Amino acid sequence: MITTSAREKTGWLGWLQSQRNRMIVLMVLAAVAMVIPLVANNYMLEVLTNAWFYTVLCLGLNIVVGYAGLLDLGYAAFFAVGAYTTGILTSQFGVNFWLTIPVAVACSMLAGLIIGGPTLRLRSDYLAIVTLGFGEIVRIIARNLEITGGASGLIGIDRPSFFGIELSRGIHFYYVFLLLAILACFVSYRLQHSRLGRAWQYVREDEDAAEAMGIGRVAVKLYAYVIGAMFGGVAGCFFAVKMTAISPETFTFTQSVLILLGVVLGGMGKIPGVVIGAFALVLFPEVFRGLGSMRMLIFGIVMLIIMLYRPEGIWPQSKS
Amino acid sequence: MLLLEVEHLELSFAGLQVLRELSFDVEKGTIASLIGPNGAGKTSVFNCLTGFYRPDSGRITFNGRSILRRKPHRITRAGMARTFQNLRLFKSMTVLENVMSGMHCRTSAGPIGAVFKTGSQRREEELINLVSEECLAFVGLLESKDRRASNLPYGDQRRVEWARALATKPKLLLLDEPAAGLNHDEKQELIALILRIRDELGITILLIEHDMGLVMKVSEKITVIDYGAKIAEGTAEEVQNNPRVIEAYLGSEDEELL
Repeated sequence: MITTSAREKTGWLGWLQSQRNRMIVLMVLAAVAMVIPLVANNYMLEVLTNAWFYTVLCLGLNIVVGYAGLLDLGYAAFFAVGAYTTGILTSQFGVNFWLTIPVAVACSMLAGLIIGGPTLRLRSDYLAIVTLGFGEIVRIIARNLEITGGASGLIGIDRPSFFGIELSRGIHFYYVFLLLAILACFVSYRLQHSRLGRAWQYVREDEDAAEAMGIGRVAVKLYAYVIGAMFGGVAGCFFAVKMTAISPETFTFTQSVLILLGVVLGGMGKIPGVVIGAFALVLFPEVFRGLGSMRMLIFGIVMLIIMLYRPEGIWPQSKS
Repeated sequence: MLLLEVEHLELSFAGLQVLRELSFDVEKGTIASLIGPNGAGKTSVFNCLTGFYRPDSGRITFNGRSILRRKPHRITRAGMARTFQNLRLFKSMTVLENVMSGMHCRTSAGPIGAVFKTGSQRREEELINLVSEECLAFVGLLESKDRRASNLPYGDQRRVEWARALATKPKLLLLDEPAAGLNHDEKQELIALILRIRDELGITILLIEHDMGLVMKVSEKITVIDYGAKIAEGTAEEVQNNPRVIEAYLGSEDEELL
């Protein structure tokens, strides 16, 4: 019984190894994702939009945690930097939304450098604590500054327009976040299979050996932080205009943990795994809404079970 | 011409003197050895040379330039590669991917090149592949290139480390106990490989070794250290007959009498 299921698994994984088959699966999935809004109601659309949004965040954190092996408990900070940059520039200075994106990207990259620089010498648990602190600092700054609207946050952020169409309906944002998620997958894939992607993996596996092979760990880790922060920043920009209001309470420690959960649950360092993790994160509480207040408890138990029986995440390991 | 020159190297940890006034040099194109009893400080010398330890004082000149206090990856880039005493492979990666790590310091593509797959990035990836496969072929492991590194037998894992070090295109190769854990046949292959690396690739070699037979067979110059200080230097024959070396390895007669 167990052996047959194992064989089936290697069977379809084996089938997925071929480039052509993988392209077919991706095309089918993309087609399904494209046509879903035509049949989905508003509620489903909202949930799926949220799932794509978390896909982008999880893929961004995956670069830091999954590829470079740096535990980051303050990822919501980068997402906050992106959202606030767009929020402040559009609502208080009247800057066009599209022009705020490069500014937000630059700001979140700078935040990545600020958190990355001093913490590079730290390993796992110490790093986790410092990143946690950083996440809280950003949230508390947002809560206390006037320009960020204090505890009540920013409201009335303008909806952007795209070639004359105002992006305001659910379906618009569904496609926006779908596009961002596809872009995030593509960039992640290209990075993973590159010189830099391999360097992240070397540093994750054995820092000293990587250094002895001529790989500067400082630069490699900084790249991970900065690129991961960029993903969060871009997601934050679009989050701000979708919600039209942001408040510090969106960027709590719980938010950071939730994103990390998606990465770990799906399988660190594996793009399909991380996408599945992000969807599980968003869909599970919705699907089991009928259970009322019990659903978070059951969600927790299910996650525990997954982690106990599949510590490497939902998506299977490919190398044997 | 001297490729490596170590002068008056001193290293201590929390008051414990590990290396004392250690000086030695390696001539370009030779095979040199550093030997000594357990705990004599051999690996500490390697760690100083490759930038993992910071010596208290002294000078290290490599290829005409001081490399003291440089970061390990900069030293590798300058042309000094090493292997580790206990294997330090990237275990969950394939053999080829392991060797590709060596080419990192000879290439430069960054994230933008990776995302847009620019022409130069693609050419660089091809070059990394080509050189890595050449290095694997050199150590005789090309057919295992797609296997997971940790699944290879111990002797083969050693050779992956060698190929990885060769892929950094070094001028000087530091081998930390290359014969440890190898059987007789593997040791013979190892000797042949060491000679081929010098003769065919023109790479200078400095090795630390416990196996006296191997050291005597391949080295042109041997430096013996004990308690972090040099006690003898010369050819295999000279060193073998040096009373201080015999004393360090076998203990002095006085001690035995006690």
